Amino acid sequence: MKRLLASTALLAALALPALAQDGNGWQPDPDARQGGAIVITYKDDVATLDPAIGYDWQNWSMIKSLFDGLMDYVPGTTDLRPGLAESVEISDDGLTYTFTLREGVRFHNGREMTAEDVKYSLDRVTDPETQSPGAGFFGMIEGFDAQMAGEAEGLSGVEVVDPRTVRITLSRPDATFLHVMAINFSYVVPREAVEEHGADFGRNPVGTGAYRLGEWTLGQRLVFERNEDYWMEGLPYLDRITIEVGQEPTVALLRLQNGEVDIPGDGIPPAQFQQVMDDPDQAERVVRGGQLHTGYVTMNVTEPPFDDVRVRQAVNMAINKDRVIQIINGRAVPANQPLPPSMPGYDPDYEGYPYDPEGARALLAEAGYPDGFDTELFVMNTDPNPRIAQAIQQDLAAIGIRASIQSLAQANVIEAGGAGTAPMIWSGGMAWIADFPDPANFYYPILGCAGAGEGGWNWAKYCNEDLDAMAERADSMSDPAQAEERLALWTEIYARIMEDAPWAPVFHEERFTMRSPRMGGADELYVDPVSIPINYDYVYVTE
Amino acid sequence: MALYLARRLLQSVLILLGVTFITFFLLYVLPADPVRQIAGRSATAQTVESIREQLGLDQPFWVQYGRYLWGLLHLDLGRSYLQRAEVAELIWARLPPTLLLMAAAIACEVAIGLTMGIWAALRRGTATDTGLMLASFAGVSAPQFVVGLLLLYVFGVWLRWLPIGGYGTFAHLILPALTLGLLGAGWYSRMMRSSMIEVLRQDFVRTARAKGLTRARVIVRHALPNAILPIVAMIGIDIGIFMGGIVVVESVFGWPGIGQLAWQAIQRVDIPIIMGVTLVSAVGIILGNLLADIVAPLIDPRITLR
Repeated sequence: MKRLLASTALLAALALPALAQDGNGWQPDPDARQGGAIVITYKDDVATLDPAIGYDWQNWSMIKSLFDGLMDYVPGTTDLRPGLAESVEISDDGLTYTFTLREGVRFHNGREMTAEDVKYSLDRVTDPETQSPGAGFFGMIEGFDAQMAGEAEGLSGVEVVDPRTVRITLSRPDATFLHVMAINFSYVVPREAVEEHGADFGRNPVGTGAYRLGEWTLGQRLVFERNEDYWMEGLPYLDRITIEVGQEPTVALLRLQNGEVDIPGDGIPPAQFQQVMDDPDQAERVVRGGQLHTGYVTMNVTEPPFDDVRVRQAVNMAINKDRVIQIINGRAVPANQPLPPSMPGYDPDYEGYPYDPEGARALLAEAGYPDGFDTELFVMNTDPNPRIAQAIQQDLAAIGIRASIQSLAQANVIEAGGAGTAPMIWSGGMAWIADFPDPANFYYPILGCAGAGEGGWNWAKYCNEDLDAMAERADSMSDPAQAEERLALWTEIYARIMEDAPWAPVFHEERFTMRSPRMGGADELYVDPVSIPINYDYVYVTE
Repeated sequence: MALYLARRLLQSVLILLGVTFITFFLLYVLPADPVRQIAGRSATAQTVESIREQLGLDQPFWVQYGRYLWGLLHLDLGRSYLQRAEVAELIWARLPPTLLLMAAAIACEVAIGLTMGIWAALRRGTATDTGLMLASFAGVSAPQFVVGLLLLYVFGVWLRWLPIGGYGTFAHLILPALTLGLLGAGWYSRMMRSSMIEVLRQDFVRTARAKGLTRARVIVRHALPNAILPIVAMIGIDIGIFMGGIVVVESVFGWPGIGQLAWQAIQRVDIPIIMGVTLVSAVGIILGNLLADIVAPLIDPRITLR
């Protein structure tokens, strides 16, 4: 028997807490008003808008507004729903996914999107010449290895059945596959536009998304204009979004107070945070929400003294997380496990290691370090990370671990972490933020054996083959009916990781998005777990 | 003159070559692998190797450097690692705002510096003189990011006379130009003061006064043109000094020039952009110095170019 998943059925089948009201799992806001324009500011230039290449938190949600994928998320949640696909049929063995595309979806250049475009886009992102940082996400599709080796004319596992049907065959069942079909790298692009602009497609994006790019003046501004032919009825609400770049966050906040800016894209600067939160008028317009982020200290388990699990557990017990959180104005919640609270699979009942310097000392003594030892703590050199590292340094000193701080540029810390030359790293500024809301995404690159090699992001160099096998078993449960069983397995994997303690999880950063008084829409849209900082397609202005 | 220019041109090319080599070498030995940056955190080892090969980053240093120079000969500055756009295009788009800002800053420093210097010279030894020189001292020593934020706060937030950063209108230009120009204004006021005091002591000034010319006329027609000479010769050199200042000022005011581009690129270790901006700055400094050298004999015939 084949399983047909479409819209609401999919949500129910995935057994996730969904607010499914209509086919899209989303209830139109009765107060929403069509029209108007907003201004958003950023400090840094927008890098590329090519969905195959863009991979930073800033262009991530912009690309989501210009392009669409086969799958999508219910706005403000981590719940999957169909996007450009109207429905998807999954074979019993979990290896074949047949997507039926929506009718009448048009690219910004007016041409109708077809199954050929889906195939072209997936072939393109996995073509080594595209140099996509996301190519590795598609490893479960049949023919991936040949394609990456440059030996094939496209992915053999992606077939065009007819103009409205794409069949994708996997080489192994993979429960994360539908998430991968919602990730930016899988978004559908028109071949003619890519071929016309070549390497500059990222500056001249053409997609099917809610907005199209109107203007891009390098170093100054981008203007997104409403896509009148958008395939979702009534969306987006705004006529225009102006993204001004090169604006310092402090200046952006002043401009917001002056009524010139609607969203400071880089958030509220730490120095002004208290002042904003103390002013009821402003605090009222700050939306607080979780994000799929964990800040952690990695310990290189391949080298002494951190090759001893007791030493790593002692570090876990030494860090006063509440005090660290005070350093960042309380903009986080303490962490006791790798997964953040808004991630499926998070275990709210897990208690973690207590803050217990006495116990930590005892463990160190037991491990043969009654007088502690000298080590190094690597940290990225932008505020507040060095200050956080100092707090951790003090906590460690209290149990006898003398850590000297190596404060370096981001790229240098990442290099040291990958090379395994850093005994300890505070992950701030480089911490893992999930690519897609599934527990698997927190395992393979940063805690699994795959990431532990030279240059990988598993800076603890932690490789537990038993857990790798469990992870594989969990991800082969692609039947949505097994979703809960799968999540339980993942919860267990992370509990086992904490027993081995390759990390000391410190906190989960929260997001604080500030908006101007005229901006409307549910709070969830301003702290959307998938679209950072905000979900551009659903917000609106009230005047 | 032609010979002089030819020799200067040759020197400039050698300097630029040196600049490219030093910058390229420093960025090469930096412990940050550009391929890993391009490939991103989720890339497979296969992707990393394929990108390394495609960009020629698996080649030895001299091959990479040679390729860069070969590109330069064809006016190709390469592509940004992170933005994936042509570096030449990124710099080109940001050059007009920077040139505009520099021109305005020069106007600011000359206008403020000369006014203060002349005023102080004429009121030599009085409280006004002391006050003005203290102000110029503050101008020279205050860090530009502090001055910038202060001006921004006073005129943008408090008084609301001027926009808080950004680019586009004349009003946007005032504060960044002032911030950038204040440093030079401090120097110029001191130079102008001493130069003016010296000129006022000269015989020809006394003669002019003895002829019966009014004090104002003597100052404007006779003393000023002579006192101003050493300062005009300095303006070319300012371009070099500005190259450091624009990084700070453009970042504070959100000015879309190459200083801001450089700052962003340095933070992200985007090597092709850092190379390109360094090279363009070096060209700017060389041109500025050349300009200063060429202008000097025009305003002071005692100087000849050899």
